[in-house]
Amino acid sequence: MMSSNIPQPPTCNVELAERVLIGFLKSETQRIGMTKAVLGMSGGIDSALVLELAVRALGPENVLAIALPYRESDPLSLELAQKGADNAGCKFSVIDISPLADAYFEQHPELSNGETEAARLRRGNVFSRLRMTALYDQSAAANGLVFGTSNKTELLLGYGTQHGDMASAINPIGDLYKSQVVALSRHLGVPSAIVDRPPSADLWQGQTDEEELGFSYDAIDALLHAMVEQRLNRDELVALNFAPEFIDLINTRVQRNQYKRRPPLIAKVTGRTINLDYRYARDWGT
Amino acid sequence: MNCRIAICQINPKLGLVADNLQSHHQWLDRCLEQKADFALFPELSLTGYILRDLTSDVALTLDSPQIGEIVARSKDISIAFGFVEHSPDHRFYNSFVFAEDGVIKHVHRKVHLPDYGIFEEGRYFAAGNNFTTFESKHGRFGFLICEDAWHLSSAWLHFLQGADALLVPVASPSRGIKTDGAHLASQKSWHELCAAQSKFLQTWVVRCNRVGYEDGVLFDGESAINSPAGEVVAAAHHSEEDLVVYELTSSALKRARVETPLRRNAHANLVRRQLAIIANDPDLSGLIDDE
Repeated sequence: MMSSNIPQPPTCNVELAERVLIGFLKSETQRIGMTKAVLGMSGGIDSALVLELAVRALGPENVLAIALPYRESDPLSLELAQKGADNAGCKFSVIDISPLADAYFEQHPELSNGETEAARLRRGNVFSRLRMTALYDQSAAANGLVFGTSNKTELLLGYGTQHGDMASAINPIGDLYKSQVVALSRHLGVPSAIVDRPPSADLWQGQTDEEELGFSYDAIDALLHAMVEQRLNRDELVALNFAPEFIDLINTRVQRNQYKRRPPLIAKVTGRTINLDYRYARDWGT
Repeated sequence: MNCRIAICQINPKLGLVADNLQSHHQWLDRCLEQKADFALFPELSLTGYILRDLTSDVALTLDSPQIGEIVARSKDISIAFGFVEHSPDHRFYNSFVFAEDGVIKHVHRKVHLPDYGIFEEGRYFAAGNNFTTFESKHGRFGFLICEDAWHLSSAWLHFLQGADALLVPVASPSRGIKTDGAHLASQKSWHELCAAQSKFLQTWVVRCNRVGYEDGVLFDGESAINSPAGEVVAAAHHSEEDLVVYELTSSALKRARVETPLRRNAHANLVRRQLAIIANDPDLSGLIDDE
């Protein structure tokens, strides 16, 4: 798809990133009087990285890592989630979402299996939102915040479930591309079994992100970096040897998923509509 | 000049003027303990930075009791601090006050209000219209509030007015992790800018950045003092509150200016003549911004 002299994915000064992100988690948690964090562990690299950052920011005793498997989830995911938590030295628990999901699927027989693509997608979203429900409940029980684990690549591509895995109180890695997540994870000692595992949403057996997206994360990151950070237009991207169909596909995907990155639209009828012209920082008064 | 200056690298609370006022008092106490002559705070030190619709709520008039409280302390130490100024005609300025001997000696209203990228100052603030150097008992100073310093003409105007030191209060959102060194990319730019301005304008440059996070945005400190030879002679920590005290001297100014007499050869009148020509050149209309 691309010749060899194309731009590389963005680099990352891992020492600086570590410092900035740990400071962020500490400040944005403690300024509102909180001390604890809860996060969902998928067995993948993003949540393992956020966990490493969280224990450095708040102390391992203040972080609860929770795996939320469905009965069909890859057993390796649970194993690696445990491994990530052990590596970070924090508390780990498991919440089986199977009874919750199956109770819902029973009422909607078309979801009883993932035979069609539409059913697979809906089931995936149900899993993701049930995990969110459990995490937010556990965060209330622990008097902690849910830390987000979505990276910039998947946020831009819309490769996540709105109100599901995209939901969090604060997210330390939402401005890091996937390739930067990998670099920082290696730096912070995330176990190589997790770092080297092909990224997967684990929504069905054998699923991998890169197969589903149709491109490698390195290629996507190089393009997104050129599009977003360097603001290159289509002609400039083509001149850098990005394939036109690749540019168009990714660009369309980024644009179509803008809605996922914004709060719901509010119909304007007053002079001060929330977030339009009623504008305050979230950290107002802290 | 001879001035033992203190950089107060603080972490203001967003929108909490009373809390920040209290912290200014505590930092002034620390400066006095360190026998400083002059305390410099960061941009918007009384209010925090990402104010948005809070701008008008946290604004203070120059004769308000809160401003008066700090000005009163300038009987013991010269003080420069930042706040949102509410003008008599209800405009709001990103302002800096210099107080000495219990009175306000100078007010600078930020001229260059960034309104690109993360910045929204152009939406909320009115712009100042001059760079005026002022005399203190410790030397001759000029303010450049953050973005003011990125426009090279601002510092040059202070240079022409004989500034001994440029005072640069900053609230700089730190960004850029694709760097090799120890500094975020935006911070590196600040170090380069202040090194160049101090060296080529042969003045002290005293930069006071803030620290802390607001809505995920880091202000990364690294306040510093550059000598008239361009070298960093004092520096504060990144990311944490810090107090740095250093003595600015005339002798360093003299050394730099004897070695390379840039000030003597500035040719300000030539620049003035050419500016007038450029401003009236029809071929350049559109390139010259008349405000």
